[in-house]
Amino acid sequence: MTEKHLSSQFDSDLNRVSSQLMEMGGLVETQIQRAVSALANYSVALINDVLDTEEKVDALEVEIDHALTTVIARRQPAARDLRLLLAISKITTNLERTGDEAYKIAKRVKSIVESGESRKMPIGDLRLASDLAAGLIHRVLDAFARLDIVDAVAILKEDDLIDQEFKGFTRKLITYMMEDPRTISSSLDLLFIAKAVERIGDHAKNIAEFIIYIVKGTDIRHSSLTRIESVIQ
Amino acid sequence: MSETVEVPSFPPIKISVRNLNFYYGKYMALKGIHLDIPERCVTAFIGPSGCGKSTLLRAFNRMFELYPDQRAEGEILLDGENLLTSKQDVALIRARIGMVFQKPTPFPMSIFDNIAFGVKLFENLSRIDMEERVEWALRKAALWDEVKDKLAQNGASLSGGQQQRLCIARGIAIKPELLLLDEPCSALDPISTARVEELIAELKKDYTVIIVTHNMQQAARCSDYTAYMYLGELMEFGETEQMFLKPSRRETEDYITGRFG
Repeated sequence: MTEKHLSSQFDSDLNRVSSQLMEMGGLVETQIQRAVSALANYSVALINDVLDTEEKVDALEVEIDHALTTVIARRQPAARDLRLLLAISKITTNLERTGDEAYKIAKRVKSIVESGESRKMPIGDLRLASDLAAGLIHRVLDAFARLDIVDAVAILKEDDLIDQEFKGFTRKLITYMMEDPRTISSSLDLLFIAKAVERIGDHAKNIAEFIIYIVKGTDIRHSSLTRIESVIQ
Repeated sequence: MSETVEVPSFPPIKISVRNLNFYYGKYMALKGIHLDIPERCVTAFIGPSGCGKSTLLRAFNRMFELYPDQRAEGEILLDGENLLTSKQDVALIRARIGMVFQKPTPFPMSIFDNIAFGVKLFENLSRIDMEERVEWALRKAALWDEVKDKLAQNGASLSGGQQQRLCIARGIAIKPELLLLDEPCSALDPISTARVEELIAELKKDYTVIIVTHNMQQAARCSDYTAYMYLGELMEFGETEQMFLKPSRRETEDYITGRFG
C-alpha cells in the first residue's frame, strides 16, 4: 500500500497489522527451516525449537485477528483496504496451519530419530521437496510484502512441482515397505512428513491467491491457470 | 469474498441524463454528464464538496430556475420527456419529483397540514380521503406511531429526526415518481439516520430514489447504484457492491478508501 490515506492513523493501523503478519510469516518460515534441517541432521535440539515456536505463532494469530477486528470496527474499510484486511485474515489462518505442519514434521522426525531406523530411509528426495516448500513460503511472504502478482502466479505454478514430488515419493516408500516390512513404521513417519510438506506448498499457493485478490480484486481460487493469467493481464 | 458477478439485466431506466452541462454564471459546474438512473432503485451520488452532486440533483426538478444566472444545457429525460425543455408547469414537474433537503424544513403549520398542504395543490380530496392520505404518508415515513396523537401540533415542535421524516412524508404524500434526497441525514442522530435509511429501503418498492450523501457508509448501506462525481464530471457509475469492493477507476477507489486529497 504505497499511497497514503488522509488519516495517517489509518495508514499506521494497516502497516502495523501487515508487519505483524510478516513477523508471523518469519516465525513460520524459521519453523519450517528448522524442521527440514532436523530431518537432514537428525537433530533433536532443532525439533524442540520448532515445538517452542508453535506457541508464539498461535499467539500472533490471535493478536492479528484482534487487530483486524479493531481496524474494521473503527475504520469501515472499503475496496482495496477491505480486501487487504480480509486477505490478511485468511493468510494468517494459512500461516498458522503451515506452522502446524512444521510442528507435525518435527514430531515425526523425532519419532524416526528415536526409532534408530533413520539411516536406512530415503530422505534425499524428501529434503528436495521440503526445501522447495520452505522456499515457496519465503517467496510468498516476499510477494505479499511487495504485492507482486507476477511472482504470486509463479508460486501457483511451482506448487504443482511439490505435488508431483509427493506422488513420486509415495511410490518410492511403497517399494521400501514391500521390500522390508521393518521399515514400515519409519516409512509411515516419512509419508506423514511428505504429506505435511505437500500441505505447506498448498498453503503457499493459497496465500499467493490472496495476493492476487488484494491487488486485482478478483477471487481466483479454484480457477484454471488460463483464467488466472487473463485476470492478471 | 465472492467474485464480482457480471452486471445482471439492468432495471428499466427512470431518468436519463444526456450530455448535461450546467453553469453558475460563467462557471461550468457540470461537464457533459451522461447517466441512466434505474427505476425503483436507490442511486447514491457521492463525491467531495463542490463536485456537482447537489447541482445535478437540483437540475432534476429545475430548482435552479429560481436563480437567474444559472442554466442547464443538454437533456434530462424523465420517462423519455426532456424536463429541461418541457412546456409542463414546473410545479407539476416538482409534483412528480419530490425533494427533501439537508435541514428539515417543516412548514409553520400543524403536522397534519404540513402533509395536506402539498396534496391540496394537486388533488381535491374529501376530508376522509385526505385523512387517509396523511396517515398513509406518515406510516410510510415511519412517523405515524410517534405523531398520531398530536397531528394538530406544530410541525416545528418535533425533534430534528422526526421533522426530517415529516418532510419525507410530505414529499411522498403527493405520490411523486422520483424522490430526491439531498443529504437527508446529515443533521440527524444515528437512530434517526437508521430510521430514515429503513424508510429509503421501504420507499424504493414504489419510488425511484436518488440520494446525495457525504457519508460513504450510508451510500454503501442503502443504495443499489452509486455515482462518483469529481469536479463536475461523472467519474464512475455502477452497482454499489462493485463500487465499494472493486471500483473500476483508481480515482473512485482513492476517494472511497479515504486516500483522496
